[in-house]
Amino acid sequence: MGRKRGGIRPSDSSLAVLARRAEAVAVPAGALLAGLAAFSLFLLLLGKSPAEFYALVYKAGFGTWFSWQNTLSRTAPLLLAALCVALPARLGLVVIGGEGAIVLGGLACGALGGALSGLPGAVAIPLLAAAGVLAAGVWIGAVGALRHYRGVNETIASLLMAYIAIALMNHLVEGPFRDPASLNKPSTAPLAEHLRIGDIPGWDVHWGLVAGIVGCLVSWVLVERTTWGFAARIAGGNVRAALVQGLPVGRLVVGFAALGGVFAGLAGVFEVAAVHGSANASLAAGYGYTGILIAFLARHNPLAIIPVAVLLAGFEASSGLVQRRMDLPDATVLVLQGFTFVAILVSETLYGRLRVFTPETWGIPR
Amino acid sequence: MTLTGPTRRRVLKTGAAFAGALGTLSATSFAAGQDGPTVGFIYVGPKDDFGYNQAHAEGAAAVKAMAGVTVVEEENVAETVDVQKSMESMINFDGAALLFPTSFGYFDPHIIKVAPGHPEVRFQHAAGLWQEGVHPSNVGSYFGYIGLGQYLNGMVAGHMTRSGKLGFVAAKPIPQVLQNINSFLLGAREVNPAVTCQVIFTGEWSLAVKEAEATNALADAGCDVITCHVDGPKVVMETAAGRDCFVCGYHANQAPLAPEKYLTGAEWNWPGVYTRMVRTVIDGGTIPNFDRGGLAEGYIKMSPLGPAVTDAARARFEATKAEMTKGGFAAYRGPLMDNTGKRILGPNEVFVETDIALESMNYLVEGVIGATS
Amino acid sequence: MNGTELGLWAIPLAILGGAIRVSTPFLFVSLGEVLTERSGRINLGLEGTLVFGAMSGYAIACVTGLPWAGVLAAAGAGSLFGLVHGLVCSLPRVNDIAVGISLMLLGTGLAYFFGKPFIQPVAPDLPALELGWWSDLPQVQAALRVNVLFPVGILAALLLWWMFRATRIGLLVRVVGDSTDAARAMGLRPAFIRTLATAAGGAFAGVGGAYLSLFYPGSWNEGISSGQGLMAVALVIFARWNPIACLGAALLFGGAGALGPALQSVGIPDGYYLFYAMPYVMTLGVLIATSSPGRAMAGAPGELSISK
Repeated sequence: MGRKRGGIRPSDSSLAVLARRAEAVAVPAGALLAGLAAFSLFLLLLGKSPAEFYALVYKAGFGTWFSWQNTLSRTAPLLLAALCVALPARLGLVVIGGEGAIVLGGLACGALGGALSGLPGAVAIPLLAAAGVLAAGVWIGAVGALRHYRGVNETIASLLMAYIAIALMNHLVEGPFRDPASLNKPSTAPLAEHLRIGDIPGWDVHWGLVAGIVGCLVSWVLVERTTWGFAARIAGGNVRAALVQGLPVGRLVVGFAALGGVFAGLAGVFEVAAVHGSANASLAAGYGYTGILIAFLARHNPLAIIPVAVLLAGFEASSGLVQRRMDLPDATVLVLQGFTFVAILVSETLYGRLRVFTPETWGIPR
Repeated sequence: MTLTGPTRRRVLKTGAAFAGALGTLSATSFAAGQDGPTVGFIYVGPKDDFGYNQAHAEGAAAVKAMAGVTVVEEENVAETVDVQKSMESMINFDGAALLFPTSFGYFDPHIIKVAPGHPEVRFQHAAGLWQEGVHPSNVGSYFGYIGLGQYLNGMVAGHMTRSGKLGFVAAKPIPQVLQNINSFLLGAREVNPAVTCQVIFTGEWSLAVKEAEATNALADAGCDVITCHVDGPKVVMETAAGRDCFVCGYHANQAPLAPEKYLTGAEWNWPGVYTRMVRTVIDGGTIPNFDRGGLAEGYIKMSPLGPAVTDAARARFEATKAEMTKGGFAAYRGPLMDNTGKRILGPNEVFVETDIALESMNYLVEGVIGATS
Repeated sequence: MNGTELGLWAIPLAILGGAIRVSTPFLFVSLGEVLTERSGRINLGLEGTLVFGAMSGYAIACVTGLPWAGVLAAAGAGSLFGLVHGLVCSLPRVNDIAVGISLMLLGTGLAYFFGKPFIQPVAPDLPALELGWWSDLPQVQAALRVNVLFPVGILAALLLWWMFRATRIGLLVRVVGDSTDAARAMGLRPAFIRTLATAAGGAFAGVGGAYLSLFYPGSWNEGISSGQGLMAVALVIFARWNPIACLGAALLFGGAGALGPALQSVGIPDGYYLFYAMPYVMTLGVLIATSSPGRAMAGAPGELSISK
């Protein structure tokens, strides 16, 4: 009370800022715990031990060095796939077809690999990456362009285009681009050894993880610290206001969508150059769809994508051990993800409602 | 510059020690009371799919029944980083000494990448992909001449068809599938040279609605005996029987799905094969890196003939099966053309069951309606 | 041409048959979504509801031996998922798209989790109406072997259309969907109405799932849906929130899906992946052709988050 009368002092305002930051961590963390508790009840009803379950999830997802590598290997494509949703979302676009961009990125990389095998790796790998990224960027950029210049809903267009991209990949991989030597699993010709992207030294995790984290950091800077990011936020909030301000809304929409596609395409490039060695049907592994969920859970904040993706990947990494030790079906982890994510999303309603975190508590009048 | 070396080495060392320690720890605690090996099975789909995965899971169940052996299983593991980590997890946490990653696409690059880091573990893969000097020596390939089973399917189908048209729902035009289609038709032509076989590719290993649509399209085209090569034949069997067509099974026994319409089926006999391999490991022997077999070696078997099968068909089926059981059967005998008019075999030329040329088949024989691309 | 040889006529017949067989799940899910979206919410989770409906319908039909009990169970389960979505999204600041995606995961996960014991057993199928009795051709008889749920779906589309146009309930849903403020001014409780609309929409999606597992293809396994639920939600935007147009969109989509296998069966085997992608290409083409930058989302409910 006394503090309020005394006006705003610097220490109060920094406390308030701290409280707001704490809220952003405490609310989802509390929700995560609530979701885990709800899932415990589910397990108890089935006569399984929650303690044993969580011990196994921890052990297989985060408990050992192998577990961490398992989790981080799965994180890599998810980071990039989530960016394909989070970046266009800054302009109010709901893009759910990142899967198509991943597939095309990988396909372009795999298809070109043979032609570039004569070049040294330092030249060819960037070229392959550029090809993949270009194909995917154009693909999602087209979604943005259709939306802005033609009024085509981007959600349905991107979904349709994802199905079309996968069909195109299958057609080309089994037809014109097929390596005749790939007998029972039709694929493009395998990349030459020197065109492969290896693992991070000392880790059993490929460089896609680093690319994903850098991608998230770059995106965060772009969105939060540059004029373009600021303009995009205005345009995302209100297109008319942005037009009145003279902002290039069309270029922003296409640009952010294309950049999202670029990141998804990069995920495809790493799948081919670091995991599979050639492009084939395994490229459509569903990372694009998982990325949608991650982006929404992270509230389209590129930095928040990192912990969310790690958490989700950790859950997935534990699926096998849970199946083997507790005789639970493989879908158990899907149910766990469903419970925790619904809880986290429900918790959004708590922002600004918990007294501990509100500015008034810390001496700032509303 | 001086920093990176030691740091990297330290990370490596700590990591390896940590994983190693935990691996042994959990392996001993998990396998307590068991004196035999821990065997891991990994499936690409659900293990009760009436098809490919179920056939392997039946093998796993037989291994589980062996004294002292521990079996660990995982379902729905994708042909991505997923399967690499599943294999390593079984090794690190369960102390698995023998792994059966059963899907075709697990081999390259996944098994090839993981195997060299675990020389003490044996990786057994179902296909004929292993090559001496190219692939790690702790990896082995095994496969059965299931095409012979489709040949027998075709013989019964050739007897039973009234329209002279057979139907085949296929996933993808790859050698393994093409060989089954061709064998099915050649078996039918052995008893009825006028028979043709229409093939429809669904493009995916498991896609229920498309498989049903393909089956309906075949029935619409007048086919009255239908078989398939997809991962889970349940939908094809039920849809075809619903259209009053006879069905021949594949991968596993689907007779319960269409008891009246089921003629016979080409099945894997993984219980026999897997218990034999695990027995070899228990007895301290080595499994050969490359092993294949047909009816004679107990790699494949046929479903019991259904109630609709006529006596004539039964007699022909049993006679040919008996001949196959002697080994060295040749389903492909010249003169043989493909369905674009290209010569495959000249007069008196044959492909016997072991012929490696069959493994790279890229054509459909004359009498099959469809194309390979 | 004899009794079983149709030649190229087989193609239109297959498309007709395919349209009837394949379209029903699309129809039910999209009708459910129209109802939800007209009230101002989007439920992207209907794919999960569809899969759970397929599983629960199959399971109940297996246990009771009554396929219609399965359909009812699927509708009930679907409305529960809808209710959860509706209630959760009634909380301030909760994003309906994100909740939908989570529920898609949860519904699919629960269906796979509880569905394991039901992959093997065979459940009784829903009965069919033999509308092809007048023809001697087995192909015609097969194409016109129509499941009861298909005419039920058509009737539901007509009823919904009439409801939105001419009834009080329809008006309430539309007002709530177009403007929360206007609805409040009229003394309505928008969150309550939206929750009911979402629950009813979920029931529709559940029935769509039951059609998959109990009629066509008529079995339960984990791959039973190849994204029909998600696609049907997209078809709603395509159909501009009009129930009758949903029927057209579902038929178009189902018929285009039958083209691939039919072409192969008459001997046009090349490029089947591209033919299989026809429904998507056609939908995208029509969407591009009928959109225009000026009226970005004609017919869209004003409160819908994706069209705001």
